Amino acid sequence: MSFKSAVITFPGSNCDRDALCYLQDLTKGVVYNIWHEEASLPQVDLVILPGGFSFGDYLRSGAMASKSKIINDVIKHANDDRYLLGICNGFQILTEIGLLEGALIQNKNLKFLGKNCFIKKKFKNNFNLSIKEDQVLQIPVAHNEGNFYCDNETLKSLKDNEQIAFEYCKGEFSNSEENINGSIEAIAGITNKKKNILGMMPHPERAYSDFHPSQDGKLIIESLIT
Amino acid sequence: MRVKILIRLKSQILEPQGKVIEQSLNNLGFNEFNNIRQGKLIELDLPDNLSKEEKDQKIDSACKKLLVNDIIEEYEVLG
Repeated sequence: MSFKSAVITFPGSNCDRDALCYLQDLTKGVVYNIWHEEASLPQVDLVILPGGFSFGDYLRSGAMASKSKIINDVIKHANDDRYLLGICNGFQILTEIGLLEGALIQNKNLKFLGKNCFIKKKFKNNFNLSIKEDQVLQIPVAHNEGNFYCDNETLKSLKDNEQIAFEYCKGEFSNSEENINGSIEAIAGITNKKKNILGMMPHPERAYSDFHPSQDGKLIIESLIT
Repeated sequence: MRVKILIRLKSQILEPQGKVIEQSLNNLGFNEFNNIRQGKLIELDLPDNLSKEEKDQKIDSACKKLLVNDIIEEYEVLG
């Protein structure tokens, strides 16, 4: 059976096209592009909330998008145990909806970070099955609010339930940093408790094609379809 | 009636813009300006005929639903 997926576009999304190509090339299945004002989602295996600056990042990153009309159906999709992936602004939207815990605040050094970074998997889930323990992935980031914050109680629960999917780490570049944006425990991506929802700041859809510097982003889709 | 809602990051959360503002003020000679934190102010009009309870309830509800993320922020209605 072929793998079906969808990408939601909000005003200000700018990685929706990349996410569509990423899904088309790697899943070979049907990929829908859904405008945020639509009332319903088609039945799909995976929904991506893409990166960008939805609604201009007004008020807080992801705040307005989290109240969009399509979000009711995105929540239903996730409650049916199907996959939901939020990348960058998509991660911010997932925390604003409350589907993922914590919040993403301004990077510690006040800089917009647009560069390659390195991550490795922390706890196993369906999104990172194809990634080996201690395998370092090179995947770019492009964000101003990527500094993951949660209180101590939430952090303990994220660890106890093995919800931390990815953490930043040092990579092959001499200037690469252990923790690029000040996130608690260098968290780069988390899942919900049931592990069918993943939010991550790095952009796997910018690391899969032959013309990208790295193809490590493929491993996330490969994990889901194999 | 005009309503002003002050929203700020909780005190335990790093607020890097305030730190930079403080540095710049210190460089300008304002050395006694410390612990600067930047927040945001939202102003809006509500009908004058609302009771205090109705007004408080509406503002609270709007803050919880959209204006404030209570994981990182707190708010206060001014005046």
